[in-house]
Amino acid sequence: MDVSQYLEVFIDETNEHLQNLNTQILELEQTPDNMDTVNEIFRAAHSLKGMAGTMGYKRMQDLTHAMENVFSKVRDGEIKVNSAMIDTIFQCLDAIQEYLDNIQGGGDEGTNDNAAIIKSLNGFLNGEAPADDDNEAKDDGEAQGTQTQEATSDSGKNKWKDIKLAEEQIDVIDAARKEGKNVVGLTVYVQEACILKSARAFLVFKALEELGEIVVSVPSTQDIEDERFEYEFSVILITDATVDAAIAAAKGVSEIEDAVGGLLEDVEASDASQSKEEDEAEVTLPEVTTGAVAATGKTSDTAGNRPATAEKKKPVVNRTVRVDIEKLDDLMNLVSELITAKNSLVSAATADNEAANDVGEHIEYLENVTTSLHESVMKVRMVPIESVVNKFPRMIRDLQKKLGKKMELYMSGEETELDRTVVDEIGDPLMHLLRNSADHGIESDVNLRKERGKPEEGSIFLDAYQDGNNVVIEVRDDGNGIDVEAVKAKALERGTITEEQANQMSDKEIINLLFLPSFSTAKVVSDISGRGVGLDVVKSKIESLSGEVDVKSTLGVGSTWTIRLPLTLAIIQSLMVVVGNEKYAIPLGNIQTIESIRPDDVKAVQQKEVINLRGNIIPIIRLSEILDCKSTKAEDEDLVVVIVKKGDKQAGLVIDELTGQQEIVIKSLGKYIQRSKVISGATILGNGEVALIIDPNALI
Amino acid sequence: MEEVKVYSEAVQYIKIEMGTEMFGIDISFVDNIVRPQHVTRVPNVASYIKGVINIRGEIIPIMSLRLKMGLEEIEETKSTRFIIIKMEKYGKIGLIVDAVKEVVALEDNQIERVKVDTSDEITQHFVSGVGKVDGVLVSLLDLDMVIMEKSAKEE
Repeated sequence: MDVSQYLEVFIDETNEHLQNLNTQILELEQTPDNMDTVNEIFRAAHSLKGMAGTMGYKRMQDLTHAMENVFSKVRDGEIKVNSAMIDTIFQCLDAIQEYLDNIQGGGDEGTNDNAAIIKSLNGFLNGEAPADDDNEAKDDGEAQGTQTQEATSDSGKNKWKDIKLAEEQIDVIDAARKEGKNVVGLTVYVQEACILKSARAFLVFKALEELGEIVVSVPSTQDIEDERFEYEFSVILITDATVDAAIAAAKGVSEIEDAVGGLLEDVEASDASQSKEEDEAEVTLPEVTTGAVAATGKTSDTAGNRPATAEKKKPVVNRTVRVDIEKLDDLMNLVSELITAKNSLVSAATADNEAANDVGEHIEYLENVTTSLHESVMKVRMVPIESVVNKFPRMIRDLQKKLGKKMELYMSGEETELDRTVVDEIGDPLMHLLRNSADHGIESDVNLRKERGKPEEGSIFLDAYQDGNNVVIEVRDDGNGIDVEAVKAKALERGTITEEQANQMSDKEIINLLFLPSFSTAKVVSDISGRGVGLDVVKSKIESLSGEVDVKSTLGVGSTWTIRLPLTLAIIQSLMVVVGNEKYAIPLGNIQTIESIRPDDVKAVQQKEVINLRGNIIPIIRLSEILDCKSTKAEDEDLVVVIVKKGDKQAGLVIDELTGQQEIVIKSLGKYIQRSKVISGATILGNGEVALIIDPNALI
Repeated sequence: MEEVKVYSEAVQYIKIEMGTEMFGIDISFVDNIVRPQHVTRVPNVASYIKGVINIRGEIIPIMSLRLKMGLEEIEETKSTRFIIIKMEKYGKIGLIVDAVKEVVALEDNQIERVKVDTSDEITQHFVSGVGKVDGVLVSLLDLDMVIMEKSAKEE
C-alpha cells in the first residue's frame, strides 16, 4: 500500500511519541510506582508500534513491540521497574530514533535489527515472570507480533459474537426485541490496502444507521475515528431490516473486503459468556485473535517489500507547522472582517458625497483588521520552544552517567514561542551550550564544590522568556566559571593574540576569544565537548538567525550564556529614514539613540570621522557615501546621526531626514540582484513603492 | 493532419521596439507587461539594473534593456513599458523596453538562425534568430543570454 503521503505525519507523530516517552521514562525513573506514567508510556509505545506497522517499518515495529510487552507487564504489576531496565529502554528509544532518522533521510528504516536490545527487553519479561502459563501467553504474544484489544475468540470471522454488552445496552436490546425489531450482529472487514480505514468505517456506520440504531461497536467509535483498529470492527445494530440487508449495506461501501453477521439471539447467554471471557482476557492478554495474526502477517509482507521501492525515493519531508485550530479560527474571522471592511469602502466610494465622509472611519477600521490579521498570521508561525528543549533532560541524564558527575537540569519558560524557522535551528546551539556547561562548567571534583560551598549536585538552568521583541534563552550553571587567565594563556600559546594585545584586552574581550573557530580550552578532549568546534558554531548559528550570544562568568561561581533572538524574522519594527531623496528602513532593534550633531563636532581620527558622544568616541558612517547617492543637506547643517549597536560596538549612521517608525514586512530582493552586504532586503511602503532595508550589522 | 502539426510549431513572440530595431520575446516567458512605475534604486549593482519595483507584493528587479545592449539610455516616454519575464533560474525580472507593438506568430521556417560571423556585437550576444513579419525583420532575443550575460559595455 502506498503510504508515502503519510510519511510526514508519521515522522511528526513518531517524534512526538519519542519525546513523550523520553520525558515519561525520566519521570518513571524518579517515581517507579506511578501507574499513570506507566500507562502513558504503554499507550505511547503501543501507538508507536501501530504506526510503524502501518507504515511497514518491520524492524521498528518489532523493537517497539518488545518495549510495549515490557510495559504491559509493568502495568499489570508483574515486573518492577529497575534502573537496568530504564537504561535499556533508553537504548531502545535511541534505536527507534535512529530508525526514524534513517526514514527521514532516505525513506528506509535501515538494516539494524537491534536484536541485542530486543533480547534484553525480552530478558526482563522472562527473568522475572511469575507463572508458567503467563510465560506461554507472553511467548505467543511475541511470536505473533501483536497484541489484542478484544477478548480471545474461537468464533472465527463472526467476532461480533464476542462483543460484551453493558447492562443498559442489554436493556435497550430487550426493549427493541419487545417492539419486534431485529438485533443484528455484524463484523466488517476492511481491505488491508485501504488507506483511510476510519473513513470507510464511518461510511459503514452511516449506511447502517440508515437502517437502524447502532447499540455498540468494538472497538469504540472513538477508537475507530482515530484509526485505532486493525482491519475489522464489529457492531450490534437494532433494525427493522433483515440480517442480509444489513450485510449488504456494509458491503455496499467500497474497500470493504467482507461483512459477516447474524441475529443476536440470546442476550443472557452472551452476558454470561462475557464474564467468562473477561476472566480469560485477563489471563491471556497478549494473545491474539486469529484474524489479527493474519493481518499482521500481511503487514510484515509489505514491510519486506517496502525498502526495495523506498530506495529510489528521496526524502519527501516538508517542514510543517501544526496550527492550533483556534488560531485558524481567528484568522478566518479576521479575513471575513477584512471582506466586510472592503465592502463598506466600496459602497462608500460609490455612494454620494455624504457617505464618502465615512471613508476615514472605514479606513481606520480596515487598519485595525489588518493589524490584527498581521498578528494572527505571525502567531500561526510561532511554536513553543518546548519541542526543542524537551529532549535536554534526557541528554543531561546521559551526560551525568558518562561524565560521572552529579547534576540536574532545571528548565523554565518552555512555553515561550518563537518563529518555527528559528525553533528548528536553535536546538543544536543550545545543546552545545548545555554540553559545555555539563562538561567544562560543573566541577568534576566534588570536594572542590564542597570547598566552594556549593551542593554536591551541580545545577544547570535553562531559562527562556520573552523580552520585548526578543526572546532570551539563558543557559546557566553553578560550576567553575571561565578561567580568564587560562583562556589568555591558551590564546598566547596558539598565537591568536600577541602578548601586547593580551595585556590590553579586557576580561570580556578575552572570554569572547572562546567564540573564535577552533579554540577549546578543555584540558582533556572528550567526546562530549572539547573538540574546539562548538562555541564558534553556536555563535555563527545564532548570528545567522539575527540573534546574538553573550557570556558572563565569574571564576568559581559559574557562567551564564545568554542568547537573544528576534521574535520573528519576517516582520520587524523599523525606523524610516531618507538619504538623498531615497527612503530606507533601519531595523529598530539595532538602534540605540538618534542624535543631532553639529558639523564641527565631527573629528577625524586616523582618517576616520568620529564623534564624541557623552564621553564615547563613536565612528560615523555617511550613508550617502555607502549608498552611492547625494546627500540633500548643506555642509553647514546639523547632522542627523542614528547611533546603532552591534554587541558592544557602536557606530553613527548619518542620514538626511527621519520620517518615523513603522512595522515592515521583510521581503527578499530575489536571486537575480547580487545582494550588496549593506542591504538586507526590501519592504513595500504604504504607497506601493519599495524601500530597501539597511543592515547596520554589516556596516559596523 | 500534417498541416495542424506545422501550425502547432509556430511560436508566439511579443514584438518590441528598441530604437529603430524590432525584437521578439518568446511569449511563454512573459509574465506581465506593466506601465512604468517608480523604480527604487539599489546601490552598488551593475549599471543596467535600474532597481526594484513592487508588483502585487513581490519585489522584482528591473533591467534596462537599452543599457544591457549597449544602446544609449533614453527618457521614459508614453510608450515605455516594463516587460516582466519569468525565468526558472532567476525568478521574475523586468525589462524596460521602448515600446510593445504586437504579438506575432512565427513558424520555424520563417526564422533564420543567426550566423556566428556577424559583425554586430549585440546580435552576436543576445539574438538567437531573425524572423520576417510583413517584410519587417524581427530579431528574436535569447532571454537566457540577455539575463545572464554581462552587458556589452560593462567594464
